Amino acid sequence: MAKLLSQSRFADPDAAYVTLVEARRGLSEQASADLDTRLVLILANHIGDLDVLREAITLAKAE
Amino acid sequence: MGAAGDRKTLYRYGYRRSSDQDARETVRWPVVVIGAGPVGLAAAIDLGLRGIPLVLIDDADRIGEGSRGICWAKRTLEICDRLGVGEKLVAQGVTWKLGKVFRGDDLVFSFDLLPEGGHKMPAFINLQQYYLEKALVDRAAEIEAIDLRWKNRLIGVEPRNDFVRLTVDTPDGPYTLDADWVIAADGARSTTRDLLGLKFSGVTFEDKFLIADIRMAADLPTERRFWFDPSFHSGQSALMHRQPDNVWRIDLQLGPDADIAEEQKPERVSARLRRMLGEREFSLEWVSIYRFNCRRLDRFVHGRVVFVGDAAHQVSPFGARGANSGIQDAENLAWKLAAVIKGEAGHTLLESYEQERMQAADENIAHSTRSTDFIAPHSVPERRLRNAVLSLAPKAEFARRMINSGRLSVATVYDTALSTVDEDSFGGTARLGAPIPDAPVRTANGRDGYLLENLGGEFTLLHVQNGALPNLAGIKVVTVGRDIVDKAGLLTGRLDATPGAGFLLRPDQHLCARWRHFDRRKIEAAHARAQGRV
Repeated sequence: MAKLLSQSRFADPDAAYVTLVEARRGLSEQASADLDTRLVLILANHIGDLDVLREAITLAKAE
Repeated sequence: MGAAGDRKTLYRYGYRRSSDQDARETVRWPVVVIGAGPVGLAAAIDLGLRGIPLVLIDDADRIGEGSRGICWAKRTLEICDRLGVGEKLVAQGVTWKLGKVFRGDDLVFSFDLLPEGGHKMPAFINLQQYYLEKALVDRAAEIEAIDLRWKNRLIGVEPRNDFVRLTVDTPDGPYTLDADWVIAADGARSTTRDLLGLKFSGVTFEDKFLIADIRMAADLPTERRFWFDPSFHSGQSALMHRQPDNVWRIDLQLGPDADIAEEQKPERVSARLRRMLGEREFSLEWVSIYRFNCRRLDRFVHGRVVFVGDAAHQVSPFGARGANSGIQDAENLAWKLAAVIKGEAGHTLLESYEQERMQAADENIAHSTRSTDFIAPHSVPERRLRNAVLSLAPKAEFARRMINSGRLSVATVYDTALSTVDEDSFGGTARLGAPIPDAPVRTANGRDGYLLENLGGEFTLLHVQNGALPNLAGIKVVTVGRDIVDKAGLLTGRLDATPGAGFLLRPDQHLCARWRHFDRRKIEAAHARAQGRV
């Protein structure tokens, strides 16, 4: 079973973060939420592993 | 910058009439430096030590108290050590290397800025800028080549063919001064820049920040502490830093809508600080409200006028990249300008100042913009992303790595034509284009010290003993195993220094070439390249 990787994987985490910031710069709340939803679908498909997806959902939901 | 607070005068210097003001013809100097802040003073001292006569002018006659630079980075301290004030600053300052980041009132993570030992200078010291300026002014006074003129205000800049005519106002009225080279170190509101009509463009951040220095006898740890959304300052960020004399720096984010006049009232400031500090007794030393800018000039070299420090580029304070990068500008420029003036190098060497320090400025602006974006998101969607990172941080390492409360100043690794590409591969931590890493050494006369203080400020070949010694013109040779001994084995590891290896260092101690085995021809070619003579 594949395992969700939660350790940092970007060589430059700041650059990754700022890319996500810039993607939503100037967008309304609705437009930004729509963007994020599309991103979730795109990245989920890229991962292509249901176990990893379920684990990611669990991590995202944990409080 | 926002409104500046009142500044108390700590050290006052007298205006003295110069004989230049009575000269029948305008007196010409090799260099005139505009602005006696940390950057102008560092440039003047470095050039003065290289034997270049110069005038350093400043419009004030005092060093004022006030909330400005407090965090001095390791590389800056190494430069100050070469200039002769490093040990004094470290003795006077508060040494720290630990940073802590809180979300709400909970610790999310902590970081150690200098996890390895064996360096003369610490990762950071905190020291009020006026103490650093005082130390540099005292040092400048010891150097005969420096003519420091207080209450000399620049009012005119007139570029000529091969010099610049400056008009300077004084309490006795204006006079003119000719300079082969002008170094503009006159800060974020540079008069030189305005007089030349140069554009200074970039981003101004909407959020306003309260910056206060308070006096408080508190038994709190010596570390940088940063809070996102703490209970004492809900929805905003807060930063706390220790300085000498029981003075603490506190930054409180106020958001974009804060009323500057209202927020600066002492009772309002005290109430905010009271929520943070609880029952501890404190008094206000200095308060100001700022909006931050990240911007720079399109070029740093304009004919014979060279811009350094905040006059050339401005960043937000998160990361301590303002004054630190300015002093590193000064060091980069000083040896190159001295070489040009002495005829050892052509004007093209100054192009490398612009290229290398623009690379540094762009790095600093990128880091400080990213930090400011993280600390003060521009919109609700950006804030939601930021808060998602913070909420994942306790559970996921990747999110902790994205938390950005300021990426603290480190020396730039110059991607520069002055470096000779490695022909051999090297391990260790030394990098081509970066300052050579420090290490403990013992000198030939048995004295314990450090590598950097044995290098000085000239082109140096650091060579690991293995038979014959190279004999080179214009290059100092320091031989490991003869002049210095690697007493702890750290130098060998950090440089990957095998017997016979050679490391060519620029006068600013940046590594510009290295070989497992070298000959005179290779060294001379690398030396010429590092002086811009290719």
